[in-house]
Amino acid sequence: MSEKKKSRCIIIPCSGIGKAVGTVSRRATYIVTNELLPNDTDSICLPLLTIKDKETVRKIRETPCITVDGCIAQCAKKNVEHHKGMLKGEIKILDIIKENPKLKPGTVLDIAADGEKLARKAAEKVVKIMGGNC
Amino acid sequence: MKVKPKIGLISCSGEGLSEGLISRVATRRILEERDDVVTICLPLFIAGGQEERDFARDNPCITVDGCSKMCAAKGVKMYGKVQPKSSIIISEIVEKDSHLKPKSKNKIEPEDEKLVHETMKAITKEIEKVQEKDE
Repeated sequence: MSEKKKSRCIIIPCSGIGKAVGTVSRRATYIVTNELLPNDTDSICLPLLTIKDKETVRKIRETPCITVDGCIAQCAKKNVEHHKGMLKGEIKILDIIKENPKLKPGTVLDIAADGEKLARKAAEKVVKIMGGNC
Repeated sequence: MKVKPKIGLISCSGEGLSEGLISRVATRRILEERDDVVTICLPLFIAGGQEERDFARDNPCITVDGCSKMCAAKGVKMYGKVQPKSSIIISEIVEKDSHLKPKSKNKIEPEDEKLVHETMKAITKEIEKVQEKDE
């Protein structure tokens, strides 16, 4: 009998549609969940937390979460905190930009090469956080 | 003269499904083409303040959801205490033509452009309907 493997950590991007940093957060999450740690990580649709979906709320309370937020509103982190989820770490794309001031993300629809580099740096930070906390 | 509020276009942008990416890209392209629509990041209904929660009351809203869970439509009802003027569900567009099923949640593949285009057409049609009703 096969049993569905439980992810070690849920990575949650902010779903932001207004700024390129929202798309960078989304891309960073996919780099972790699809490329770097596909067997240990999973993601959820953040809007399911916003509408208080019971199954999703249960999942974030039972599994360590790392949020990846684009802007200062920190929607991902605040939605997880609102539901008392197991928040183990947070990344802010704006901090990654401050650390790499030469990298300027493109647009919401196309973050361009610099946006991709920022996403990779954010993804590496997520992996680092996971090493210590998840 | 009373200024008409802009139409609020709210996309689910769901990260878990390829249809969520379609909702996001189609909505964003419409926002960049027109100046009579505005948007809000859906999770701001929790993360933001009263101003964000009032968005759906201040702007007649059209929601663009990837799947039948309808997070955007439910969010408008839950926080704005109003019904969306119209709701588009991408999975229902796909049901009518299974060839349109999107391939990736990470990026828009060339073969997904048709679904993005169909969704944009549906959004435009609903915007026009809402504007006609308000006249």
